[in-house]
Amino acid sequence: MALETVERGIGDGALTGGAPGAWQRALRAIWGRPTSAIGAAIVLLFVALALFGPLIAPYRATDQLPGARWLPPSREHFFGTDRLGRDVFSRVVLGTRDIFALAGAGTLVAVALGTGIGLVTAYRGGWVEELTFRSFDGLLAIPALLLALMLLGTVGPSRQSVLLVIVLVYTPIVARVVRSVVLAIKPRGFIEAARMRGETLGYILGREILPSVLPALTVEAALRFSYAIFLVASLGFLGVGVQPPAPDWGLMVLEARNDVALAPWSLYFPAGSIALLVVGVNLLADGLRRALQHGGG
Amino acid sequence: MQGVSILEIDNLTVGYRGAEGWRDAVRDVTLRVAPGERLGVVGESGSGKSTLALATLRFLGAGGAIRAGTVRLRGVDLATLSPGALRAIWARDVRLVPQNPLAALNPSLRIGDQVAEAILQGAARTITPTEARRQALDLLRLVRLADPERVAGGYPHELSGGMQQRALIAMALHGDPALLILDEPTTSLDVTTEAAILTLLADLTNKSGERATLFISHNLGIVARMCDRVAVLYAGELVETGPTAALFATPLHPYTVGLIDSLPRPGMRHTLRPLRPIPGAIPRLDDLPRGCVFHPRCPLALDRCRTERPPLEAPTPDRQVRCFRWREVERGALASAEETGAILLSELSPSAVEPVLSLSGVEKLFPLRRGLGDRLARRPPRAVRAVDGVDLRLGRGRTLGVVGESGSGKTTLARCVVGLEERTRGEINLVDVPLAPGLEQRAPAVLRRIQMVFQNPQEALNPYLTIGEALRRPLMRLGRLTRAEADRRVARLLDAVKLDPGYAARYPAQLSGGERQRVAIARAFAAEPDLVLLDESVSALDVSVQAAVLNLLSELRRRNGTTYLFITHDLGVVSYLADDVAVIYLGQVLEEGPVEAVLQPPLHPYTEALLSALPTLPPDPPRTPIALEGDIPAPTAIPSGCRFHTRCHRFLGPICAQEEPPWRDAGNGHRIRCHIPLEELSGLQGSDVGF
Repeated sequence: MALETVERGIGDGALTGGAPGAWQRALRAIWGRPTSAIGAAIVLLFVALALFGPLIAPYRATDQLPGARWLPPSREHFFGTDRLGRDVFSRVVLGTRDIFALAGAGTLVAVALGTGIGLVTAYRGGWVEELTFRSFDGLLAIPALLLALMLLGTVGPSRQSVLLVIVLVYTPIVARVVRSVVLAIKPRGFIEAARMRGETLGYILGREILPSVLPALTVEAALRFSYAIFLVASLGFLGVGVQPPAPDWGLMVLEARNDVALAPWSLYFPAGSIALLVVGVNLLADGLRRALQHGGG
Repeated sequence: MQGVSILEIDNLTVGYRGAEGWRDAVRDVTLRVAPGERLGVVGESGSGKSTLALATLRFLGAGGAIRAGTVRLRGVDLATLSPGALRAIWARDVRLVPQNPLAALNPSLRIGDQVAEAILQGAARTITPTEARRQALDLLRLVRLADPERVAGGYPHELSGGMQQRALIAMALHGDPALLILDEPTTSLDVTTEAAILTLLADLTNKSGERATLFISHNLGIVARMCDRVAVLYAGELVETGPTAALFATPLHPYTVGLIDSLPRPGMRHTLRPLRPIPGAIPRLDDLPRGCVFHPRCPLALDRCRTERPPLEAPTPDRQVRCFRWREVERGALASAEETGAILLSELSPSAVEPVLSLSGVEKLFPLRRGLGDRLARRPPRAVRAVDGVDLRLGRGRTLGVVGESGSGKTTLARCVVGLEERTRGEINLVDVPLAPGLEQRAPAVLRRIQMVFQNPQEALNPYLTIGEALRRPLMRLGRLTRAEADRRVARLLDAVKLDPGYAARYPAQLSGGERQRVAIARAFAAEPDLVLLDESVSALDVSVQAAVLNLLSELRRRNGTTYLFITHDLGVVSYLADDVAVIYLGQVLEEGPVEAVLQPPLHPYTEALLSALPTLPPDPPRTPIALEGDIPAPTAIPSGCRFHTRCHRFLGPICAQEEPPWRDAGNGHRIRCHIPLEELSGLQGSDVGF
């Protein structure tokens, strides 16, 4: 009954958005916005470091150079050396891969799990959905870091534990985002048409619903990734995450914090890397959000 | 034209700034509204009519601007006003009644306070808040709200849509504004509520000899009823203006002719003569045609029309038209072809055909959540009785129109038939196969035989799947075709709904609303169902597009022998397309039978009210709408006895409130559920009420 008064051709992007070429348009929108482009460039830089780290780093992460403690930044040591005479630049570069692997893998697993749980429970509805999301709400009431510390206290610090923590903390958040999109899509005609021709659950979720979830999911994944980086670094700094002598940025900050007067570089460069990467990922996530969820700007 | 006009719009162009520069939604429009005059602005969506209304107020949002021309209100050019002076004009001289009343009211203020606030702002002299409150009550009384004190003390969400709209009209009337702009004031309302609001507006705009009214609508019938003069807008341009009677009797622009010919009128049947829709769709603002904006859709277009924009000519002093060939149009170059006389489809008598679908005692209850308090107090569980005991029989190849207002349960009934909702009680049989309540319990062979077309074409198609994929899937799932076979059939399906085979590669966002609805229809027809349910499938479409879809439905039915269950609130569409009608109110059928019998006396009082609310176009005689009491009751508290008695204008007495009315048989399958005997009903209803 309700006829649209909004004139066609004006501001209809957000409604009809999505379909063809949306991703290409989104990419163009990201490069077109300076802040998003800077974010993307930062992330790409770190990706390159993670991929080609061993080729770039002049030393190995655990190389202790005799008589080279606390050397200030110089031509030989771009970021100086730390208390054990290790090259900070090499450790920062080599640590990139570690943080990408941990935060990235954790995020991926959390996104996959959260998407699966969100799609199935929200589409099916009923008490399963109610139970799942009420317990997620309970889980999310505990601050992420506190939850992580509790878990690591029980399973003991290791890479696997950090991964587990990331998955546990972020799966509910992703599931919630997916759920909200599914609930909006579920009553639409095309889903009912699919049900009326007896489509399987898998087809409806994967083919009819998932594409509509992807834009929000991409944005959420990018955001989760930035938080995961932060979490990995925090856990490292608290000494309950990745263990020495691994070149973990958080761990490096922890080890250097007593030497800040003597060798500030050994603290500032790893800390700065964390900040730079988190900011970069955030800018990119924001760019993605604008490009994908608001009709391509 | 009179010497003094309240509103003078000259060569107005209004644009919105887009990524690729300006898009002009209104171009070069010149209009005058004299004191006491009611000017109707008619146009389909995308015609720029709302933009014109907002520009008249100089109230264009961010990105919108008057690019050329002037708007003068009582001789004052709005463009020259400071923001303060403009606000003073808004408070005193111009008022807008918008389309969506709930969005226009502040949800956190009481109605009385909102009206009083408007009075305080617009008062010529300083008045006290108490005085403003008293005036607010007077205004609420003026718009015939039943209980003004209670309404004034209530919040917007506590009022029905009709009451909200009345409150907004009250707000617009204080202090005698010079110009009243009504922007689709009844579009979001139900038919009977609409009729009541229009009656109110007709009285209010008539009373004052000075006030000018700009009435914006997509509905020709409403404009014909409400306005002295009509301006027809197409794609942002004024194509024709003239006095209402003359314009509808002898339209001069091919677009106006097309609009009028697209409407189902009394006595028109799809079997006798198809509607004459306007081909194509309204152009997008970023892709306007050269020359005359209408030429791509015009049956009379010449080479000249493609290159040269026609001037606005004045055939008579009070009419204007922008067309090179208006003289030919006036002489009848576009006159409708004579009725063929031949019946395109042999209309079968209802008793001669086997039923494809039969419903008996179908009920659907939605249980309400019981709070802890309800449980502790041992209150019985309550439920919304959406469908409350419906029996229907639908013969093969026939079309049953189920008519009702929102809240009547007509959509829930359709959803129970297809299995999207599981019915609570009752039997539904498809030919002789009993249908399981839920979709998931139905065999694929049964699913194939029943399909549905939804109301909203925007949501009917998955934005991420191409048209080809959307059509291939039912062919494969239900038609058991291989992918290659299905792909070949897609082209034929598209052809059947008059779309180019190239559409298979497109996405829904690249299609217009009418085209999307065609695809949705093609999808429903893909696996050759026996029964297709159409749930308000044409009501979201513009009239010119709606006519084409109605013709398509008629043709598909003729070709495939498909049976339709057509859910709608529009009696005009029903009389055009349906063979049988069931009028449904609060989940119960009040009247049913063959369309030609149901829409003629004797009529159920509710049907009578629905029919009286249908606007007519000249030269058909105007009707007097019957104003029903209040709004449709909530389905949680269905009135006792006859469920229509609370609003019935032919209320007899206690019997109506106490006893369920009997079915009265008018012969030939026509039945009415009413306490009034049929002869008496016929006597009460003149012969002119039918459709």
